[in-house]
Amino acid sequence: MAILGAINPMLSVGLDGDNAWRLADYVKRGGYVALRRILEQKLPQEYVINEVKKSVLRGRGGAGFPTGLKWSFMPRSFPGDKYVVCNSDEGEPGTFKDRDILRYNPHSVIEGMAIAAFAMGAVRGYNYIHGEVWEIYERFEEAIDEARAAGFLGADILGSGFNFDLFGHHGYGAYICGEETALLESIEGKKGQPRFKPPFPASFGLYGRPTTINNTETFASVPYIINLGGEHYLEAGKANNGGTKLFSVSGHVNRPGNYEIPLGTPFATLLEMAGGIRGGRKLKGCIPGGSSAPVVPAAAMMDCTMDYDSIAKAGSMLGSGAVIVMDETTCMVKALERLSFFYYEESCGQCTPCREGTSWLYKVVHRIEHGQGRPDDLDLLASVTGNIMGRTICALGDAASMPVQSFIKHYRDEFAYHIEQKKCLVPVDVQRAGSGFFTATV
Amino acid sequence: MLTSESLKRIDREIAKYPAEQKQSAVMAALAIAQEEQGWLSSAAIEFVAGYLGMAPIAAYEVASFYNMYDLKPVGKYKVSVCTNLPCMLTGGVDAGEYLKTKLGIGYNETTPDGLITLKEGECMGACGDAPVMIVNNRRMCSWMNPEQIDKLLAELK
Repeated sequence: MAILGAINPMLSVGLDGDNAWRLADYVKRGGYVALRRILEQKLPQEYVINEVKKSVLRGRGGAGFPTGLKWSFMPRSFPGDKYVVCNSDEGEPGTFKDRDILRYNPHSVIEGMAIAAFAMGAVRGYNYIHGEVWEIYERFEEAIDEARAAGFLGADILGSGFNFDLFGHHGYGAYICGEETALLESIEGKKGQPRFKPPFPASFGLYGRPTTINNTETFASVPYIINLGGEHYLEAGKANNGGTKLFSVSGHVNRPGNYEIPLGTPFATLLEMAGGIRGGRKLKGCIPGGSSAPVVPAAAMMDCTMDYDSIAKAGSMLGSGAVIVMDETTCMVKALERLSFFYYEESCGQCTPCREGTSWLYKVVHRIEHGQGRPDDLDLLASVTGNIMGRTICALGDAASMPVQSFIKHYRDEFAYHIEQKKCLVPVDVQRAGSGFFTATV
Repeated sequence: MLTSESLKRIDREIAKYPAEQKQSAVMAALAIAQEEQGWLSSAAIEFVAGYLGMAPIAAYEVASFYNMYDLKPVGKYKVSVCTNLPCMLTGGVDAGEYLKTKLGIGYNETTPDGLITLKEGECMGACGDAPVMIVNNRRMCSWMNPEQIDKLLAELK
């Protein structure tokens, strides 16, 4: 089973069976109808962009930027090659939805990219796929071959005169390539170091040409928007938060996995769908949008609905929809230590505040966790994050800082206990029992 | 330097990009070279650079930036364990410790018989299957409890 649970789903409908990813199956469940209708009825580019605008589809990769607006930034009539690029470099800890979309419904991404290319006058596209999910990359290449053979990609698509070709490109282990300009550098065969903006990719993107980059789930949603109509898609979610969304639930739940629910669904419902907390324990906190999003304590989280606005109101971000659930066996200092190590490892080294600052963040949290914290360390961490945020080319520095600030804000007593008592507030054997490594059955 | 089969695979990658953008194929070409030779020697990196018409240093920059490239020899099997937060919450760190004990080595070390190199990896994008590990950059192993790890180790010969 591809998706573990759903309420009024779109993307995950009909994905049972081993061949759901194949072209024939996709066509059987209504695939490529949207692209065919646009090309055969010679619908104008503006029509497509308007439907996407009306749907209030917001970027599913993390930033939540309105997709239709992004598409309207492309200089459609600008002569020469233009590109659409799909960001499947899914490396934000907690996120694993794009992997399942590409594994079970890859043609929805291909159709969405073809429609996007038509709307923006692009001739060529690339899908940049996380290097660690190799089988997904190979499957996507096969899906592209199927689409090309059936005339949905390539020259003169469905006899319409519209040309668009698409290729897979794999990453090889660099979180930073999920940042869209680092991703472009990477496709160009360079180190993945983000570019200074402006100019934005819509004017200077891949190979210096106008380019639009969207997340996998964003592209995959496009055929459903065209088929349903933008307004109906919006109604499937809630105001300002159109449609359904995939949520990747991980951590201390009984049924970790992907769930498709309308935006605006209560967190409590999602938690229940995921089988609740393991062992009947209590929720301690939740990172609602991937590791870069600020942590939200249990009580506030239980009041949230899963949409961009509600999570923002709770002081965090919906991000990629990666819901990391932590129960009362979690040592928050250890959790933060591991996240800080991640950002320190993955800083590309281009900007001094991030390169040096992420190293400091990790070293200081590490020494607190290991009983060598100093009384002024929490102030030091606040000062370091303040010197990183807003002073770097890309958002990785902010992404490294927000967990530090939010963990200390909400669990300050636990950090203080660590510094004073030189040990975890949650006993180590309780933490180990919580992980279930030696007791869990598959 | 590389077999004709590897070169054919690299040529297929080059064909994905505009004619004047052969450098775009460098990530795939380095991965193919590593797959054939087990790791990336300076000679292999220089060969790939020459094949794509780029400066050797530019290819080396790529090889040293992305962490799935191995610039030193590794064991026949490279096992990368994810210990990032979602995996850690459900036993990723414990899985790493279990492997260390079983193999008698630490992270970034290779068993004396050259069979297995152990690595601590970063998020592999499969947190719902935690704990996860990847063998030789290709094979994702899911829900790795002690029993599953024992099974995997018995298989890696």
